[in-house]
Amino acid sequence: MNVFRQDFPILKDPDYIYFDNAATAQKPACVMEAISKFYETENANPLRGLYKWSVMATESYEAAREKVANFLGARKASEIVFTRNATESLNLIAYSYGRANVNEGDEIVVAVSEHHSNILPWQMVAKEKNAKLVWLECDENGYYSDEELNNKITSKTRIVAIAQVSNVLGVPKPIKKIADIAHSVGAVIVVDGAQSAPHMAVNVQAMDADFFVFSGHKLMGPMGIGVLYGKHELLNDMPPFLTGGEMIEYVTRENATYAEIPHKFEAGTVNAADAVGLAAAIDYIKSVGFEYITETEKNLTALLMEEMRAIPHVTVYGSPKAKDHCGIVTFNIDGCHPHDVSSILDADHICIRAGHHCAQPLLQYMNVNATCRASMYFYNTEDEVHRFAKSLAKVREELGYGS
Amino acid sequence: MDLKEMYREIVNEHNLHPTHKHALDNPTLELRGVNPSCGDDITLQLMVENDMITDGAYVGQGCAISQASADMMLDLVIGKSKDEALKVADIFMRMIKNEASEEEIESLDEAAALQNISHMPARVKCAQLGWRTMDEIIKGTEN
Ligand SMILES: Cc1ncc(COP(=O)(O)O)c(C=O)c1O
Repeated sequence: MNVFRQDFPILKDPDYIYFDNAATAQKPACVMEAISKFYETENANPLRGLYKWSVMATESYEAAREKVANFLGARKASEIVFTRNATESLNLIAYSYGRANVNEGDEIVVAVSEHHSNILPWQMVAKEKNAKLVWLECDENGYYSDEELNNKITSKTRIVAIAQVSNVLGVPKPIKKIADIAHSVGAVIVVDGAQSAPHMAVNVQAMDADFFVFSGHKLMGPMGIGVLYGKHELLNDMPPFLTGGEMIEYVTRENATYAEIPHKFEAGTVNAADAVGLAAAIDYIKSVGFEYITETEKNLTALLMEEMRAIPHVTVYGSPKAKDHCGIVTFNIDGCHPHDVSSILDADHICIRAGHHCAQPLLQYMNVNATCRASMYFYNTEDEVHRFAKSLAKVREELGYGS
Repeated sequence: MDLKEMYREIVNEHNLHPTHKHALDNPTLELRGVNPSCGDDITLQLMVENDMITDGAYVGQGCAISQASADMMLDLVIGKSKDEALKVADIFMRMIKNEASEEEIESLDEAAALQNISHMPARVKCAQLGWRTMDEIIKGTEN
């Protein structure tokens, strides 16, 4: 039995198999307790009050920022901006940095395997500025060749937007190498870490990311808190995204001077309780250790892929190497629509994702309408993999095909 | 009826061996219906003479529930007047929202088997696709 499983109240029901971790992760009790403790013992509006509770709330919020900075290997805590989720972080970069730095004729390079959240903000900037979106095309297993990177990232490129790990194929990308290419032509790199930060140790300095974003909820933190890391000099020069309370220094009838980063980007009352919850999730993930997480996921993925290969009519997408999946196994069953597959599995209390996974350009490129996706985390077990494979093997029959 | 039974007893047959999945030669009415979020995509064709639906068919692709539901719908409405067809569609739509009476549901014949979809919000649109499309084409002829 997996020793960490008992930390998750929702996983106490042995009947359910949760294989939709790429959508959101389950929460350990310590995260929920940290949030409750904040509201029960120190709730007040942070950054405003001059009394004890507000000071405590402010300290907890800023301590969470320190923790995130440390977790990502940032130089300073002021390089960490709290947002609602990865999507909001990416929009902040596009609206603020993108609109200020992309001009007519410039190019924004976007990987075809991106989540819609790392596509639509760039479409917006490109349309508004008359700039061009250039697509990085991957091979059929989700890898990007050096040739493709060097051909597409050119002196016209202002921004390269790419996920460290794709939410459909799970393939990790060599971010440092891509960052070096981007920097050599004077572009910045925006790294979507929504699917990487929960699964591998991230160091934004080592990968030389200019911007790096992730969502707290995929990392066992609460929903509603996300992170934007940006290099100090970039954030410092960027115009604000949202304006209003908390983000100002001085306001007259006509004008305002803005607060220093990161507060310049955190207009309005901040989500301190969920930042505290995210800090607890980071402590928890560190106590588990990325070595354990990576190893466990790799073994579970290898087992799952092996069992799926033995089932006729099942196609698994992505790399043949289990370690290049980050726990994500995307597949289809011949003749069976993914929604029917997931309904049949649901009847067996197995939770998977079916559909386009918010990555329609990639699915169009893979030439499929929709797929099924099983995504595992370190708290899943071999027994669950066996049960999943057993149910999966029966799906075609349940959908009326002779076996 | 549980979900697997629903597939086994009704949905699979209509999905894998549909009666009406083909193209008509000269349909009087034709409309495409799409559920963009799941890729269900059908084109419904009707032959209408003197306000009577004398024939109907569909082509397209999608999940078993969307396809089977369209097939069962055509079983029910071919031979009915436009008004009667709209009434059946109304009952079906209400059944899927858990708002139809027992009696009404019985009048839907085999399509009544889809009533459990009302407990599966993610599949409601699949079940409704053919019906919604028929409702739109017929109503489109009225103004
Ligand atoms: C790669 C990737 N980027 C971005 C997102 C968006 O995350 P959120 O919905 O939390 O903003 C996701 C989540 O599905 C994702 O997998």
